[in-house]
Amino acid sequence: MKNKILIIFTHPVYEHSEIQQLLIREARQKEFVTIRDLYQLYPDFDIDINEEQKQVEKCDVMIWQHPLYWYSAPPLMKQWMDLVLEHGWAYGLNGNALKNKLILSAISTGGDAYAYSDEGRHYYPVRDFLLPFRQTARLCRAYYPGHFMIQGTFNIDEMSRNKKVREYGILLDQLHSARWSSGLEGVNLELIDYLKH
Amino acid sequence: MESGFLFQALVYLSAAVLIVPLAKRLGLGSVLGYLLAGLVIGPSVLGWVGNDAEVMHVAEFGVVMMLFLIGMELEPKTLYKLRVSIIGLGGLQVVLSMLGISLWSYFQGFSWKEATALGMILALSSTAIVLQSLSEKGWNRLSAGKSAFSVLLFQDIAVIPILAILPLMVTKSIESSGHGAEWVQNVSSPVKAIIVLAAMALVVVIGRYIVGPLLRMVVRSGMRELFMATSLLLIAGIAFLMQQVELSPALGAFLAGVVLANSEFRHELESDIEPLKGLLLGLFFLSVGASIQLVFLSDHLLEVLKWVGALTMIKLIVLFILGKIFGLSTDQNFIFTFSLAQMGEFAFVLFTVTGQLELLSPETINLMTAVVALSMALTPILLLITEYQILPKVGTTQVDGKKKEYDEMDENNGVIIAGQGRVGSIITRFLRTKGVEATVVDNDSDRVELLRKYGFKVFYGDITRYDLLKAAGAEHAKIIILAMNSQDDILSSARVVKKYFPHLTIVSRSDSRQTTYELLNLGVNKVYPITLDASLKMGVDIMEMLGHRKYSAYRSAQKFRKHEDFLIRKLAIHRMDSPEYFQINREMINDLEQAIQNDMEDPLLLVKEAWDEEGRKNEYTSDKKFLN
Repeated sequence: MKNKILIIFTHPVYEHSEIQQLLIREARQKEFVTIRDLYQLYPDFDIDINEEQKQVEKCDVMIWQHPLYWYSAPPLMKQWMDLVLEHGWAYGLNGNALKNKLILSAISTGGDAYAYSDEGRHYYPVRDFLLPFRQTARLCRAYYPGHFMIQGTFNIDEMSRNKKVREYGILLDQLHSARWSSGLEGVNLELIDYLKH
Repeated sequence: MESGFLFQALVYLSAAVLIVPLAKRLGLGSVLGYLLAGLVIGPSVLGWVGNDAEVMHVAEFGVVMMLFLIGMELEPKTLYKLRVSIIGLGGLQVVLSMLGISLWSYFQGFSWKEATALGMILALSSTAIVLQSLSEKGWNRLSAGKSAFSVLLFQDIAVIPILAILPLMVTKSIESSGHGAEWVQNVSSPVKAIIVLAAMALVVVIGRYIVGPLLRMVVRSGMRELFMATSLLLIAGIAFLMQQVELSPALGAFLAGVVLANSEFRHELESDIEPLKGLLLGLFFLSVGASIQLVFLSDHLLEVLKWVGALTMIKLIVLFILGKIFGLSTDQNFIFTFSLAQMGEFAFVLFTVTGQLELLSPETINLMTAVVALSMALTPILLLITEYQILPKVGTTQVDGKKKEYDEMDENNGVIIAGQGRVGSIITRFLRTKGVEATVVDNDSDRVELLRKYGFKVFYGDITRYDLLKAAGAEHAKIIILAMNSQDDILSSARVVKKYFPHLTIVSRSDSRQTTYELLNLGVNKVYPITLDASLKMGVDIMEMLGHRKYSAYRSAQKFRKHEDFLIRKLAIHRMDSPEYFQINREMINDLEQAIQNDMEDPLLLVKEAWDEEGRKNEYTSDKKFLN
């Protein structure tokens, strides 16, 4: 049995983000990937909790895909986490829905790697800003190996951009047949900012 | 002297209109005002009206109506809850006051029979004065008011056995109280008891099964005055029935009121009868005022004063002790005691009976009538003393205590929803899911019936009327929702509420720009054009069908909503200054034109949002030198 992948995607102005459009188009070609485009589904933030939980239960790998806004996700992503990741379902004594699942973030940032270094304007590396997501996965007893990232989207050239998009496709393929009972197997760890646990 | 009907009406009405507002302005209360007005126009001063028994008779109908209304305020449940204070407090008050007054009378040289009769008659207080005064001061919701009401209720019931006992005290047999039907008088006591019970049962049956369908039928005829006629017929019929079986008409009306307390027509009945009741009660007090004979008073001043003083003292002592025993706090007990210390209007009725029975001599009756009238006139003054002299001294916890007991007694809801059409019923249902029970009023009797079938508490009535608003609890509510279909009704309700209940927050539906403008200009700020949200929602979905992102369309709609709100408020102000106010059609086209122009100019609709990347992208090129 190969892994089913669920992408929880949030972007308030998706129509203006070329890079996210390319990433989503790439993901859409894989029949084992389900995309939840939250801003399209819930423009009024009224999330269908039952439906979202059902989708999560069906998947083996979940990807939280969004641009990095103010060092975090767009607000609907947080709303999704607040409403869907219920106590007794996602975490807590009887909350096993996410147990042993694989969770990754897929992030796009306008600034480049330099901007996210201790010499850059954002000072901290992206992985530091993703700490709340990493810990969320941990509390839900899921395995969070790291994040896929495409940076410098404000002025990325077409070649590096297309390369990144292809890499996302490759990552999705590898996740489709990956194993993670002890460490992550079957995935090129360079594609994700791998965290040694 | 002229005595035509019109002249009489002129005198009574102008006395009321001139003197009562003056008395109220002076803080004396309307009851004292009516009494004074009666005194002025009566034989003692101007002599424009005689001491007219006929007028008194008509006026007593006001007392009947008052008890009907009181009954309607009381659901059987409430009545059952009050049983201890009605029987305990009320019973003890009547018995103890009677004993005290009888003893005093006996020592004043009356025979034991006369003394007993006086005791029974003078133990009763004045339902009309007490309830009117208490509700004017807002004390009827306090525990003192509740207790006073229980006592009055018991007294009203006690009139029946008193009427039965009085004839037994003399050997002379006359046509008892003189009102009953002949065939009722000629039967033996057990049969009589059965007839009385049957009459009461009949009132219950009429109230429960006949009045509702009858009123519904009348309402469908669409004639307002017929509804009023039916209300009056109901009360007159019951009063007549009660008289036939020698019961107090007031008590019968009270019973009918209790039966109808749960009716959907309750508020409408109340608002129809309320003004009539007020008028007739006013007439009643006028008559009492007119019956005060100043000459007799001055001739027997000492005698009268002695009796008033003694009787009031006896009542005060009895009431105060009972209040203490029944757990009233000191300030409440003072209100309770002083409000009930007078003699009541039933005394006039009962004196007539004792006169016929020759149980009391005419001189005694004359003296006692003066005593009763004076003690009634003194009640508002006693209450003024209580309010301004006593309560400030003992009422340490008055504010808190008042608040709590007000909540306790308060059966009103904080929210009134007017209109149960598509808009109103959604609000009602929604609020109910959140546990907010609202007072709901609707003027479509078929709908009222339907909603009630599904367990909603809906009252039938015309919400544009002041008295119905009052009956629906507008004085104590916080929010009123105007959700009627008729835009005219919404506007007239809003005007009435703004004028008489300015503390109420009005939340209003609006179906047209005209209504919105007028509501805004009335100072109603919570105006909800019901078409706006649905139209915008359609707009959002259409955008989506055209391939736009749903969230962006949604944000645009949100912005458009703000823009529209701003625009409509702007146009409303313009509308107020516009000289062509009435050229509605032309104005509407102007509005549309202005709206379209504003749509293209409002920066709110044009500016992009913070997450638009264009600006940052441009700025970012300056960071390029740092690229590795």
